[in-house]
Amino acid sequence: MAGKDQTNGEPILSVRNLHVNVGDQEILKGINLTVNAGEVHAIMGPNGSGKSTLANVLAGKPEYIVTAGEMVYKGQDLSRMAPELRAREGLFLAFQYPVELPGVRAWQFLKAAVDALRVHQGQEEMSAREFDQMLKEKVALVEIDPDLVRRSVNEGFSGGEKKRNEILQMAVLQPTLALLDETDSGLDIDALRIVANGINQLRNPSNAMVLVTHYQRILDYITPDYVHVLLDGLIVRTGGADLALELEAKGYDWIKETAGAGA
Amino acid sequence: MSTPRVISRGATTSSELDSDYKWGFTIDIETDLAPKGLSEDIVRLISDKKEEPEWMLEWRLKAFRHWVKLDQEEPKWAQIHHPPIDFQDIHYYAAPGSKKGGPKSLDEVDPEILEAFEKLGIPLAEREKLAGVAVDAVIDSVSVATTYQETLEKAGIIFCPISEAIKNHPDLVKKYMGSVVPYTDNFYATLNSAVFSDGSFVYIPKGVRCPIELMTYFRINQADSGQFERTLIIADEGSYVSYLEGCTAPARKKSQLHAAVVELITMDDAEIKYSTLQNWFPGDKDGNGGVYNFVTKRGKALGRNSKISWTQVETGSAITWKYPSVILQGDNSVGEFYSVALVNNHQQADTGTKMIHIGKNTKSTIMAKGISAGKASSTYRGLVKIMPSAEGARNFTQCDSLLIGDQCGAHTVPYIEVRNPTAQIEHEASTSKVSDDEVFYCQQRGISVEDAHFMIINGFCRSIFQELPFEFAMEASQLLKVSLEGAVG
Ligand SMILES: Nc1ncnc2c1ncn2[C@@H]1O[C@H](COP(=O)(O)OP(=O)(O)OP(=O)(O)O)[C@@H](O)[C@H]1O
Ligand SMILES: [Mg+2]
Repeated sequence: MAGKDQTNGEPILSVRNLHVNVGDQEILKGINLTVNAGEVHAIMGPNGSGKSTLANVLAGKPEYIVTAGEMVYKGQDLSRMAPELRAREGLFLAFQYPVELPGVRAWQFLKAAVDALRVHQGQEEMSAREFDQMLKEKVALVEIDPDLVRRSVNEGFSGGEKKRNEILQMAVLQPTLALLDETDSGLDIDALRIVANGINQLRNPSNAMVLVTHYQRILDYITPDYVHVLLDGLIVRTGGADLALELEAKGYDWIKETAGAGA
Repeated sequence: MSTPRVISRGATTSSELDSDYKWGFTIDIETDLAPKGLSEDIVRLISDKKEEPEWMLEWRLKAFRHWVKLDQEEPKWAQIHHPPIDFQDIHYYAAPGSKKGGPKSLDEVDPEILEAFEKLGIPLAEREKLAGVAVDAVIDSVSVATTYQETLEKAGIIFCPISEAIKNHPDLVKKYMGSVVPYTDNFYATLNSAVFSDGSFVYIPKGVRCPIELMTYFRINQADSGQFERTLIIADEGSYVSYLEGCTAPARKKSQLHAAVVELITMDDAEIKYSTLQNWFPGDKDGNGGVYNFVTKRGKALGRNSKISWTQVETGSAITWKYPSVILQGDNSVGEFYSVALVNNHQQADTGTKMIHIGKNTKSTIMAKGISAGKASSTYRGLVKIMPSAEGARNFTQCDSLLIGDQCGAHTVPYIEVRNPTAQIEHEASTSKVSDDEVFYCQQRGISVEDAHFMIINGFCRSIFQELPFEFAMEASQLLKVSLEGAVG
C-alpha cells in the first residue's frame, strides 16, 4: 500500500474505543485511530457521519462529551487538557466553518497565538519586527492577499479566503498534529493547488496531518498514507491512497453494504 | 510620536475599601475645607476664596437661588437608582494647602501632590512632564499645576484654570460661560453653576492649530466632598484643538458626587476633539461607595463648517449620567459622538447624546457601544432632533450592546424628532453576547479564555478606540481589561 513503509515514526495520536455524545445523542461509537509522526491520514465519509465531531472532540470543544474510551496525544491524556493547552502543545484544528471575530485584526490574533505558544515553551514573546518578517514570509508561502491580515479575523472573507486563512495560521503556528476539516471544500482549482502546496511544504518527518475531505481531488496533490472511511460514528474501513479512488468511483453505498461484514 | 505615560500606573497605598481599584489611594495633604452644607454663605465663601469679581458672584447667586426653587427635584427620567443624596452633607469647597487661590508656580506645589500625580502616571515637574501633552492637574476644588505654559503662550493659546480665566480673561468668560449650558439647564448644571470650584479654560485663537494635546486630570481626594468642575473651550475661526480628560478618585465607603459642566464652542471652520477616559471609583464588588457622575457636557457648533467631536470611554463611577451633546447651529457643521460605556458588578450607566440640527446640511454621527458584565445595567439614551431650518440634515446612529454573563442588562432608548422632510436618518442597533464559538476559536489557537474575551471586547470597541489619540487608545484598552477583571474566564 502506498506510503505504508514510511509509517515508522513515533506515535503522536492514539484514539482507543472513543465514544462521544452531544447531549443525549451518541455520535461517535467506538473510534480507533493511531497517527504516527510523518504520516498523513485522510478521513472520508458521508455528511453527518461524525468527521467534524472527531476533529472537534480532539480539539476540546466543550459540548462534545467523551463517554468512553481514550485520546492520547504525545503521551498525554487529551481529555485532561484545556483546549488552549492542547493548542499550545501543537494540536491544530483548521475549522470547517472558521469563526468571524469582528474588530479583531487577523495579525493581532495571530500575534496573540504565537506569543501564547512561545510563553508556553518558556520563550519570550516575539518582537513586533520579527513577527512582521515571519508573517510576511508565511503570507507569501500560502499566497494570500496581504490585506487580509490587516482586516478583522474572517469578517467578510469569502469562503475560500477563510480556508486559506486557516492554512496561514497553520503555517505560522507549525503544529505537531494538524486536523484539517474540509479545508479543501469551496476552493477554486488554483486555490486548491496553493493550499495543497502549503500543506505539503509544512509536512515533515516529525509532524502529522489528518485531512477530513469529501473529495479525491486534494489527494491528487497530497498523497495520504492511510484513508479511513467513517460511517455513522465508526471507522468501517481503512486502506491506502487507492481506497479514495475506489470511493470516488463507487460512492459510499458499496461500503455501507459491506460494512457489516468488514467492520 | 513619543510615548508618554499611562494613567493606570498608579499604586495602592492606604484605601478605605478593599477593592481592586488601583487608583484608590488617598493623599495625606493639608486641606482647606469649607463646612458641610450649601447656602448663600457657602456660595459667597467659594467666590471669595477664588478672589472672584462681583459679576461672577452674582451669576453664582442667581444659579443658587434657582437651585433652591427646584426644591431638590433631581431629574427622574434616567434609568438609574440610588439612595437620596443629602446635599447638606457635602463639602462644597476643598483645596489642597491653605494658600488662597492655589499655587502660582510648580515650585509652590506641595511635593505630596507632585508625588501623587506621578503615582497616577501624570508627572508634572518640568523635567519629567509628558511629551506632547500639556496638563492641567485638578485636585478636589483647585487646579494645582498647568504644564507647557510657554509653548502655548507663544501660539497665543490660553490654557489655564477657569478660576484664573475669570480674573484674567473676563470678557471671554462673561460672553461664553452659560451660553451653551445655561444655569437653568438642569438640576445638576444649576448646582454646578452655583458652586463650581475649578476646571479648565481653553481659548484657541483664529487659524491656530494647537501644536500639542491639552489634558486635564481630575482627582477627587477629600472625603465627603463633591467635585464640581467647569470647563469652557472656545475654538476661534479656523482653529483646531484636541483635548483630553482623565479622572480618578480614592476608594471610599461613601458615595461621592461629581457634577461637572463642560461647554464647547466652535466658530467658522473650527474643530474641537474632546476625549474622555472616565475612571472614577466604581464602588466595590458589593456596590458600596463609588462616584455619582452626573455631568452635563454640550458643544455648540456655532460657525459654518465647524466640527465638534466627543469620544468617551466610561469605565468608572458607581453611576454615570451623562449625555455629551452637540447643537449644530452653523451651516454644514458636524457633530460626532463615539462612546464606550462599560459597567461591571453593581455599576449603572445611563449615557448617550443629543444632536440638535439647526443649520443647513448639518451632519451627525453617533456610535455607542455598551458593555455590561456582572449585575450591572447600562442604557443608551439618545436624541436626534432635526429643526425646521435644518434643510438637508443627516444623522447616522449605531448602538451596539455586548453582554457578558446573564445577570446584566442593556437598554437602548433612541428618540428621533424630525421637523424637516429633507432629513436623512439612519439607525442601527444590535445586542450580542461573546459567543462560545468565538471563544473556542481563540482557545484552539492557544489563547486563554480570559484573553479571548478581552480580545473580542476590544474588537467590539475598535471603531471607537481608533477615534482616540494613540496613547489614550492603549490606555483605554488597558482600562477595559482592568475593569473586567473577574468578570470573565
Ligand atoms: N453541536 C452539535 N449539536 C447537535 N448535534 C450535533 C452537533 N455536532 C454534531 N452534531 C450531530 O452529529 C452528527 C455528526 O455531525 P458532524 O458534524 O460530525 O458530521 P460530519 O461528518 O462532519 O458531516 P459533514 O460532512 O456534513 O461536515 C450529525 O448528525 C450532527 O447533526
Ligand atoms: Mg463536518
